[in-house]
Amino acid sequence: MSTTATSPVPGQPQQGKPQPDKNRRQAESAKPVTWKLPVTLSVLATVAFIFFGLLGPQATAKFGVSSGGDFFQLPAIEVPAFLSGIVLSLILLGLAGYALVLKARQNQRPPRWLPAVFTVVFVVAFLIWVVGGARTPSISLAGLLAGSVTLAVPIVFGSLSGVLCERAGVVNIAIEGQLLGGAFTAALVASLTHNPYLGLLAAAVAGALVSMVLALFSIKYVVNQIIVGVVLNVLVSGLTGFLFTTVMQSDPEKYNSPGELPNIEIPVLSGIPVIGPILFKQSVVGYLMYVAVIVIWIGLFKTKWGLRVRAVGEHPQAADTLGIKVNATRFWNVTIGGAVAGIGGSFFTLVAIDSFTKEISGGRGFIALAAMILGRWNPIGAFFAALLFGFADNLQSIVTIIGTPVPSQFMAMLPYVVTVFAVAGLVGRSRPPAADGIPYVKG
Amino acid sequence: MVRVVKLELKGITKRFGSLVANDHIDVVVESGQIHCLLGENGAGKSTLMNVLYGLYEPTEGEILIDDIPVTFRGPGDAMAAGIGMVHQHFMLVPVFTVAENVALGAETTKSGGFLDLDDTRRKIREISDRYGFDVDPDALIEDLPVGVQQRVEIIKALVRDAKVLILDEPTAVLTPQDTDELLDIMRQLKSHGTSIVFISHKLREVKAVSDTITVIRRGKVVGKADPEASTTELASMMVGRAVSLTLDKAPANPQETTFEVKDLTVIAPSGQHVVDGISFGIARGEILAIAGVQGNGQTELTEAILGLHDRVHGSIVLDGEEILGRSVKDVLNAGVGFVPEDRSLDGLIGTFSIAENLILDRYDQAPFAKGISMSPAKVLENAKTRIEEFDVRTPSGMLAAGTLSGGNQQKVVMARELSRPLRLFIASQPTRGVDVGSIEFLHKRIVRERDQGTPVMIVSTELDEVIELADRIAVLYKGRLVGIVPAGTGRDVLGLMMAGVSLDDAQADAAVKHPAHRPADNPVDTPADTTATNPAPAAPAAQEPGSGAVGDHHE
Repeated sequence: MSTTATSPVPGQPQQGKPQPDKNRRQAESAKPVTWKLPVTLSVLATVAFIFFGLLGPQATAKFGVSSGGDFFQLPAIEVPAFLSGIVLSLILLGLAGYALVLKARQNQRPPRWLPAVFTVVFVVAFLIWVVGGARTPSISLAGLLAGSVTLAVPIVFGSLSGVLCERAGVVNIAIEGQLLGGAFTAALVASLTHNPYLGLLAAAVAGALVSMVLALFSIKYVVNQIIVGVVLNVLVSGLTGFLFTTVMQSDPEKYNSPGELPNIEIPVLSGIPVIGPILFKQSVVGYLMYVAVIVIWIGLFKTKWGLRVRAVGEHPQAADTLGIKVNATRFWNVTIGGAVAGIGGSFFTLVAIDSFTKEISGGRGFIALAAMILGRWNPIGAFFAALLFGFADNLQSIVTIIGTPVPSQFMAMLPYVVTVFAVAGLVGRSRPPAADGIPYVKG
Repeated sequence: MVRVVKLELKGITKRFGSLVANDHIDVVVESGQIHCLLGENGAGKSTLMNVLYGLYEPTEGEILIDDIPVTFRGPGDAMAAGIGMVHQHFMLVPVFTVAENVALGAETTKSGGFLDLDDTRRKIREISDRYGFDVDPDALIEDLPVGVQQRVEIIKALVRDAKVLILDEPTAVLTPQDTDELLDIMRQLKSHGTSIVFISHKLREVKAVSDTITVIRRGKVVGKADPEASTTELASMMVGRAVSLTLDKAPANPQETTFEVKDLTVIAPSGQHVVDGISFGIARGEILAIAGVQGNGQTELTEAILGLHDRVHGSIVLDGEEILGRSVKDVLNAGVGFVPEDRSLDGLIGTFSIAENLILDRYDQAPFAKGISMSPAKVLENAKTRIEEFDVRTPSGMLAAGTLSGGNQQKVVMARELSRPLRLFIASQPTRGVDVGSIEFLHKRIVRERDQGTPVMIVSTELDEVIELADRIAVLYKGRLVGIVPAGTGRDVLGLMMAGVSLDDAQADAAVKHPAHRPADNPVDTPADTTATNPAPAAPAAQEPGSGAVGDHHE
């Protein structure tokens, strides 16, 4: 304070003030830490301890690691189900306890890795429990994971579409319609041209067209975005269903036999156990998925384009005052998003099954929306969330085959249960873009 | 050095439908000047600046830069021409860092469109060092205090090479100390050659920094004023008639304390304690003013008293009865009059008539209601009396309340709340966005309510209003009560307290400063302000009420 007394410069005497002010503000500005996460983890850990641990099966679970095509073979992993159930659930209890202690003692949020590690350990424990209790306690881990990725592909594309739209401030409920439109158009065009690659391209265009309707109504005519999205889903479903019965079924040979996109194996690399089939033995759509995740992530967070898109989704007025065209940015983002989802839709008819049927997307567009939220509007987060859904989906079909203590209907519910938990925000704090779903009208 | 620019607005007219917001306005901003646009709320200052910044297209008139006419199709054009604007509501993305916000729209990129934030960081540091801003380029905006956010806005303009900087009501959100720092920054910018258009209605600040003052009233330029002119002169130019700046207020005659708040805590949905263990009492015939910068728990405090919050702990006693936990209706019936801070949102129903708005709290009581039917005649009759009594300027009580001006709307709210016997009167921001004439009137009514022996609680973010009305002043900071001080406590002490400095520290701090006398152009101290030069704020001298209080309210 001594300097201030001798200094008659206006403004100077206030120097003493900002210090306490600033420190306090910074300490208190953080959002309060809630009990939600520690409590959720504790409940899950307790459930794991009781079911996977105490009530766990006594059998030995066997996980095949290598498949026939690998260039070297690894022995299958065999684990005693009961013992590993106890050990893993104790780890879960430990993690939950750590989160509780952090909250209670220091009022701190658990570190970011904790929920992720918890999820992985929980899934492993669950897997051992399911397999150990099955009639034939043996599955191929490689097959399980590769199958998960395959099932996740359309979900990943769908959630990327969601990320692109919502980061710019437009809620995209129409992902389902974009997937379906892509699937239908891919089948039709590929059948007519006998070229699945043209089908792929047409799927992107179809998805973009569906999206443009969404963009037009929600941006130009400021119609409620949720309503336009829902209406679009119904519209695309009706339209493709109608064309399927009237056109495709009249001559399936001509209109509904698109042929498959080939699986491209990268020599040597595809022979690596477990990872090989996931990363290096994919269809074109599968490889495109990895490319799309990375490109969109870099685009959003490392480029000028991404900075502007995010600004438009967070504070459109601020963007406008800096000369950024808010509604044009939104329009093109929504359109690109539609194209991405369209490509995802082509996976159904060009890779998974080589023909179109009604409602072939089966609600995956909505799961994709959940993946986007669970992945916190981040392309990489959405990718892993989509993988989780793909995994749940795949696990369900596999355990039905090997025969488990749990009715397969319950297993079929799994992806949706995970979705409900994810969307309810029980897994960490998720914060959508601030202007998400709010139309921007100048002035 | 910086290229200097002369900016001229010639015959600018902006109409919104039939409303003329700007009517042939001529303003010349000479280079290197601080040019103030002085006018009341709704006078058309912000509209004019939005025209200049390319956000609105003028209906008529032209903008000249260095005598060459220019047309701005958007803010981008204005920025390219060297015009920068700091909006009243900051245009910053809260989840972005300082660097990202500064870069936005004028990004430096490496090849392939990749952001080069290092370049932006360097520029921020450069400007930050030149003006002593102390801004960390990597801090998140939402973590920064308002004052620092404002500097980020200024940096944003400077990075874009602004030669004319428009500051739209920049002090509305600042503490008195932050305001001083801002005025200082403005002088520095001027000395570096930046012209500044300073939009304000706060006479004290305008007098402190302006080189030229243009007064705008109802969309028209009414003349130029000399910064040396007295506050009274400026005020009457702004309002268009002679105004009295002094409130004739008899000394308070406090009787027994009938309203008491004890350990009141309000918990927000986020879990934050927005009001944190506050205790105070108000005596009959006394005005307690709650001072503080916006968003420090004042809103929640008044709402909690009224019963609008769920998670409230502590006790609120009125005339020996606990009113915490009662329904809003019960609280109102217990004799609490409440003027909410946002009249258009909480005080009135804009589409209802004035007459209906005047009985919103008693629509179900005699004489307005009988059984399930209402008596429109009685409602209208009541409206006539109130409109006359409170001097509401309207041709008819049947008009929708939303069509009234801010001042008249506030009179309607005040008339409703004061037209029944009260045991406690709470007014939150009683004169925000209200014209000067109405302010005078509203203040008199508040004082009259006090003189009738009602405990009165005023919440105001305007220090001038607090000083003018209060018999005692309670300062809130971050939901906590920093202290309660008597009326006449120095502006410096109050300002420090509003920034969270405890009463003792604030007094010590203010006392240290005083021996070294401030220069005459000191931002906060107009010559009339006696307390500021008082060496011992603990024994406050008589405050000249209303010094510069005219128009000290914001939108």
